[in-house]
Amino acid sequence: MNTFVDLYSTTSATAQLRRAQKITEEENEEFSDGSWGSQAGFGTIVKGGPSFMVPNVPDPTSFLRLHTDDHADPSCRIKIQHGTTTLAFRFQGGVIVAVDSRATAGSYIASGTVKKVIEINPYLLGTMAGGAADCQYWETYLGMHCRLHELRNRERISVSAASKYLSNLVYSYKGMGLSMGTMICGWDKTGPAVFYVDSDGTRMKGDLFSVGSGSTFAYGVLDQGYRWDLTDEEAQELGRRSIYAAGHRDAFSGNTCNLYHVKENGWQFVGNYDIAKMHYEGNGTGAGPYGYEPRITGEN
Amino acid sequence: MPGSMVAMTQPVQQSFNPYTENGGTILAIAGSDFSVIAGDTRQSEGYSIQTRYAPKVFRLTDKAVLAVNGFAADGNMFVKKVKQRLEWYRHAHAKDMPIRAIARLIQTMLYARRFFPYYVYNILGGIEEDGTGAVYSFDPVGSYERETCRAAGAAQSLVQPFLDNQIYFKNQTPAAGTQFPQHLPLTSVLPLVIDSFTSATERHIEVGDGLEIYVVVASGSTSLQGLQNLRGVQEVTGTTDGERVFVIRRELKKD
Repeated sequence: MNTFVDLYSTTSATAQLRRAQKITEEENEEFSDGSWGSQAGFGTIVKGGPSFMVPNVPDPTSFLRLHTDDHADPSCRIKIQHGTTTLAFRFQGGVIVAVDSRATAGSYIASGTVKKVIEINPYLLGTMAGGAADCQYWETYLGMHCRLHELRNRERISVSAASKYLSNLVYSYKGMGLSMGTMICGWDKTGPAVFYVDSDGTRMKGDLFSVGSGSTFAYGVLDQGYRWDLTDEEAQELGRRSIYAAGHRDAFSGNTCNLYHVKENGWQFVGNYDIAKMHYEGNGTGAGPYGYEPRITGEN
Repeated sequence: MPGSMVAMTQPVQQSFNPYTENGGTILAIAGSDFSVIAGDTRQSEGYSIQTRYAPKVFRLTDKAVLAVNGFAADGNMFVKKVKQRLEWYRHAHAKDMPIRAIARLIQTMLYARRFFPYYVYNILGGIEEDGTGAVYSFDPVGSYERETCRAAGAAQSLVQPFLDNQIYFKNQTPAAGTQFPQHLPLTSVLPLVIDSFTSATERHIEVGDGLEIYVVVASGSTSLQGLQNLRGVQEVTGTTDGERVFVIRRELKKD
């Protein structure tokens, strides 16, 4: 009897579920019923991914490149923000993530206050290099799927699985013009972990990575000072000092440094440091300036 | 005929070019409990002026105003679609969408066109749920950030450095024993906005004709005093309680 009532009722739990599933299945429409609610453009993520409009031309990729790629053609109209220094490394005390905050469009500094560390969830951080929107959007999307993983499996996703989810996702768009170079950092059952993922489909596990136009300058300082048994303070100072070096020598990097530390119980934001201030006055810990004074007094 | 033979054998490169640049400049500044969103009204293509009154700033709700700049056709279409989604939200939830949710909505709507972008720079201004003034700025494919002030468009490189100096006090040193304020009052912000546009009009050919300044004020804000008896002010609030929206229209040079 109950099943019979359920079948024809419009308010029972099964009817509600049936209706929800029907909405989920209507994903092909540009706007499903889901968009009447608060799911924004993500639609219903339970099934399939988001859909994209593509221009009706023989080669959509070259269309996109014609209008957006500022390396090939600096006069193109849509300028996607570029230029960055980001780094992350693993050590005894967790993971240090340090980034600069400059965004450039051609030679114009479009912003000096960009948040290039994306807080995926309380245990996972992602960094932003390449297309700002690509990184922001897909790492937010990754965060939603990490939450679904938690709900389905009753445990947190590993850094390895999260990074592989992202790398498989961007690989499915390979050749379409996505541009991202990111480090997925976190702490899971295996301890601190850093994975490099980029839009070519590369995914690498490692102890130390730096990505972006200023990465060579950051690597110079980072490789010189890196050890596994760095103390927390030493590690944070190494991250800061490396971003300072990149901001100082790379024209496309600069403004400020954002520093994060991932520990066993999640990430914490350490601070925001003005690079020009670090040059003349130091980082505020009383250790002295990085650049100006050593140069004029001849000590280093 | 040799001429037609050449035309038949020569390969012809065709390209799909759906974009144009329509000039103009927009800007937004957030205060502690208000937000100012402004734009000029000139629309041009190349060196020709198409119209002297094409609005670029639009009231979305009583707490959110959107300014669009770049390709006018894309901009108008985008605003239309955002307004439609906000209306659907209103029907589903019987309230206006909060501004931080509008910001995320705009991100996903822009990113849905990642492979065929809207050539539009968006600046969203308004009042956050906690009553503070907010400005969100976007790139054409949807990366966004909350800021205190932002200029975009043709005269971005003329206006933004001025704002950095006057709003963020960049390259200024406070007098001994004093500090720069975190937020400026509306009575100092409005003259800065007007000066930004008169100066941009002087030095940029694509800026001029008219100026529309939207002011969104949190309920119970002290900024309301003095706003009503300003020259050329008009209230455009939709509801009777909560935030209030005003628009101030001014003339700019037309040459």
